[in-house]
Amino acid sequence: MPKKKPVKHSGDDDIAAPVSSQTGSSIDTLWWWLTHKGTTTSFLCISLFALLIRSAVSMYPYSGAGTPPKFGDFEAQRHWMEITTNLPVIDWYRNGTNNDLTYWGLDYPPLTAYQSYIHGVLLKIFNPESVALLSSRGHESYLGKLLMRWTVLSSDALIFFPAALFFVLVYHRNRTRSSKSEVAWHIAMILLNPCLILIDHGHFQYNCISLRLTLGAIAAVLCGSEVLTFGLFSLALSHKQMSAYFAPAFFSHLLGKCLRRRNPILAVVKLGIAVIATFVIVWWPYLHSLDDFLMVLSRLAPFERGIYEDYVANFWCTTSILIKWKKLFTTQSLKSISLAATILASLPSMVQQILSPSNEGFLYGLLNSSMAFYLFSFQVHEKSILMPFLSATLLALKLPDHFIHLTYYALFSMFPLLCRDKLLIPYLTLSFLFTIIYHSPGNQPVQKTKASIFSFKNFPGYVFLLRTHFFISIVLHVLYLTIQPPQKYPFLLEALIMILCFSYFVLFGFYTNYTQWTLSRHFRSSGKEKKHI
Amino acid sequence: MDHRENKDRRLLLWFFAVATAVKLLLIPSYRSTDFEVHRNWLAITHSLPLTRWYFDETSQWTLDYPPFFAYFERFLSVFARLVDPRIVDLQLGIDYGAESVIYFQRISVIVSDLCLLYGVYRLTRKLETMKRNLICALVIWSPGLLIVDHIHFQYNGFLLGWLLLSISFLQEGRDLLGGFLFAVLLCFKHLFAVAAPVYFVYLLRHYCWSVLVTGFRRLVTVGAVVVAVFVAAYGPFIYHGQIQQVISRMFPFGRGLCHAYWAPNFWVFYIILDKGLAFLLRKFGFDIQIPSASFTGGLVGNSSPFAVLPQITPLTTLALVLLAISPCLVKAWKKTHPGRVARWIAYAYTCGFLFGWHVHEKASLHFTIPLAIVAVQSVEDAKHYFLVSIVSCYSLFPLLYEPQEYPIKVLLLLLHSMVMWLGFTAQYADNKAQKKESGEIKSKFKIGCFEKCYLMGLFIVEMVSQFLHPYFLGDKYPFIPLMLISTYCTVGIMYSWIWQLRRILILT
Repeated sequence: MPKKKPVKHSGDDDIAAPVSSQTGSSIDTLWWWLTHKGTTTSFLCISLFALLIRSAVSMYPYSGAGTPPKFGDFEAQRHWMEITTNLPVIDWYRNGTNNDLTYWGLDYPPLTAYQSYIHGVLLKIFNPESVALLSSRGHESYLGKLLMRWTVLSSDALIFFPAALFFVLVYHRNRTRSSKSEVAWHIAMILLNPCLILIDHGHFQYNCISLRLTLGAIAAVLCGSEVLTFGLFSLALSHKQMSAYFAPAFFSHLLGKCLRRRNPILAVVKLGIAVIATFVIVWWPYLHSLDDFLMVLSRLAPFERGIYEDYVANFWCTTSILIKWKKLFTTQSLKSISLAATILASLPSMVQQILSPSNEGFLYGLLNSSMAFYLFSFQVHEKSILMPFLSATLLALKLPDHFIHLTYYALFSMFPLLCRDKLLIPYLTLSFLFTIIYHSPGNQPVQKTKASIFSFKNFPGYVFLLRTHFFISIVLHVLYLTIQPPQKYPFLLEALIMILCFSYFVLFGFYTNYTQWTLSRHFRSSGKEKKHI
Repeated sequence: MDHRENKDRRLLLWFFAVATAVKLLLIPSYRSTDFEVHRNWLAITHSLPLTRWYFDETSQWTLDYPPFFAYFERFLSVFARLVDPRIVDLQLGIDYGAESVIYFQRISVIVSDLCLLYGVYRLTRKLETMKRNLICALVIWSPGLLIVDHIHFQYNGFLLGWLLLSISFLQEGRDLLGGFLFAVLLCFKHLFAVAAPVYFVYLLRHYCWSVLVTGFRRLVTVGAVVVAVFVAAYGPFIYHGQIQQVISRMFPFGRGLCHAYWAPNFWVFYIILDKGLAFLLRKFGFDIQIPSASFTGGLVGNSSPFAVLPQITPLTTLALVLLAISPCLVKAWKKTHPGRVARWIAYAYTCGFLFGWHVHEKASLHFTIPLAIVAVQSVEDAKHYFLVSIVSCYSLFPLLYEPQEYPIKVLLLLLHSMVMWLGFTAQYADNKAQKKESGEIKSKFKIGCFEKCYLMGLFIVEMVSQFLHPYFLGDKYPFIPLMLISTYCTVGIMYSWIWQLRRILILT
């Protein structure tokens, strides 16, 4: 059992009736009312609040509302429901008279298609015209919007919340030292994650499903059930290929564990069977012919869209201000370059996990590998920040200071996108809400973990750098909302925002990689200490 | 002590901040005609001279609140003009639905809630931390206030803030100031006048009842203060000779006994009894006329809507309200005690709600909010509050009839019940059992069998009215769901009334 220090003391949630503070040296008493019935009850209470926030956000406009001819992600999801409910399975990914792939063709794996089908069936019952073949393109109505929003809400509640509960129970069972209010605080951090709420319930997507399948898989790792892990993770992969951001971490951690078994080969074979079985079940309709299979695969990897799109705060996009990657290299060579860069960037954390797999290290590994993917992989979208952010959320208790900064910059990197969607008010409100819940009263000054002997804070100028960063970001917020950029550089502010966020992400990446490596050293030294004792 | 005070203040601000975040998120939600009503008032007070405020009929939503509220709207209209001049335009502004007006009005409600915050702060600052935070949570996070103010649109938080402030002064023994604030409140919204008898008796007994000279002096002071407030409010209108018009606007008795949607009060039983009797008598061969005016249609004219039972006039309702309050007045006279004021005021509003003329369901906030203060006093009060606040919040559901707000109202109610349950169990936890390491905490706060069944019944009522009725009957009998809800909620409110009455009489 690795030695862990509680870092953050707090509770959270909407309403509190803390127990008298005369007993109050321990913070647990302050939030005792919320936690005294156990984790599950406080989870229920917080999740009700989280659902309330979600349903309030869902009243705001979605991406591409009222902007023909292409609309936005909302129309894409609706179009998939239309396709899946009206066409046979085999035609879902195939170009045809009824399925024009240039108009929001399906480009996610089959599980997304099944999910669209189920939701489409629901929509068909209550509002048939919203999913009618062809005639429903660009369908926008009060009821249509509402039903679509409710499908996200319900999938969030049915998949997200149980997975989060599973994770919290498992994670805190292993942590002997986490106090009840810490658990409550952690739950709130996971459930009230502003990025996910804004993208799923504001912008409109179903990230909650794949992210929570991943979360389930992570919880399964912590609880030691490898077969379940791979089952869930394969499901996540077949829902959104972006889940592959986490693959290196899963792979290296479980490989590291298997190597320490008596029968490494048997363990690997078991896992292999789990993976293959899940994939075969999910992909079954497309496995009858190689052509079908390749057709789906080619839809999933839209290489023709270029190495980056819009203004995403990753390496390729940021450096493209200086180096015109798209002109210098062909798409083919860019593919290999980005792949190499991604692997290189995630290698340190993988090596660490193979050498000394641990639960804590695994969570860091998830964070590092997904951050590596976000920064270096091919065709990254702004919304992909959700993946590194999810893993950071799980470590919220470990990275108290950095976590709030990361949240801020992750949100900021999506600011132009959300502004375009007219989600400014929810953006500001949720950042505000998150900050106040993060700093809920009863916080004690953060205790320094012994694990991080080295801290960025000790660097001269780090705090200054962070403050300047923050100040510039505030200025950029204001500028973005108030002034028109010069004609010559219409995306000047977007580019500045991107550079700012990128520089923070890189800094953060260095920090977490470093922490992951020092973690194992710390374990070893603490192990030795125990022996001495 | 100072440290504790500081910490408590931070926590209170924290509650308010979380609530504000939710309120901001609710901005695009459904808004009722009250939104347009208040916009029109902004326009009236801004573009017309004071003499025409109560005469203007450009829009059907004429000004029908007392003058202070009109002054308040005049104050807001200064900012409204800065935001968008069209908001305060009498003609162009009608049904104006641009973002500017929505954000302006919604944010004005959110900001005016600071008054509620201050009221709660002042009221609870002497209490121990636990109770204090419980009250803050119950009031600032009241789902009823969120539904009525921030979705439906009204300024109840602001007005209830004044009421709480007034109660806080009374509880501290500063009777004159308390009375003054109540008089001001009455000039904001006259519907609060239901508690005036309680104030009158309390002030007379607690403040003025003394040696003859001092007593008389104090009586004169109170009288002078109240008169001064009323002169400040109504003076200009009296000066212009318009007081008649102002009063006729404020008391539109022509509107009928019940609102379009029946507030869950005594008259629901009365109407149902009337219908039942008429039906029975017709069965027995009596010739019973079907009244031309109906209750489900909304506005009711002068003809009696009752077939059998005697017609109810505003005077009857007034007499009934006074009769219902009178035991409490006697008690207030005999055992006057500053700690009981909140309870008596809440009781008076309950009576007003149950027996009043043309009561809105929104008026249930007038007693649920003061009752929150009472709820922390004993475990019985907590149990009672648990029931009554759920019922009153549920009775507000029909206000938000659009499907978009459905999850929001349900979640608000569920969250509120959950927080109440957790808060009360923690508050009334058995201290001895708590010390044990077992983790399981015994609490004195337990919901009785009868209450549980009743609350389960709410769930069934909701199922029937929302899902089963439209599914089986479709558009037939559209009034059944609303009737079902108000009848069922009436049972709860009546129970609460009797319970409060008994409690007031028992407590010495």
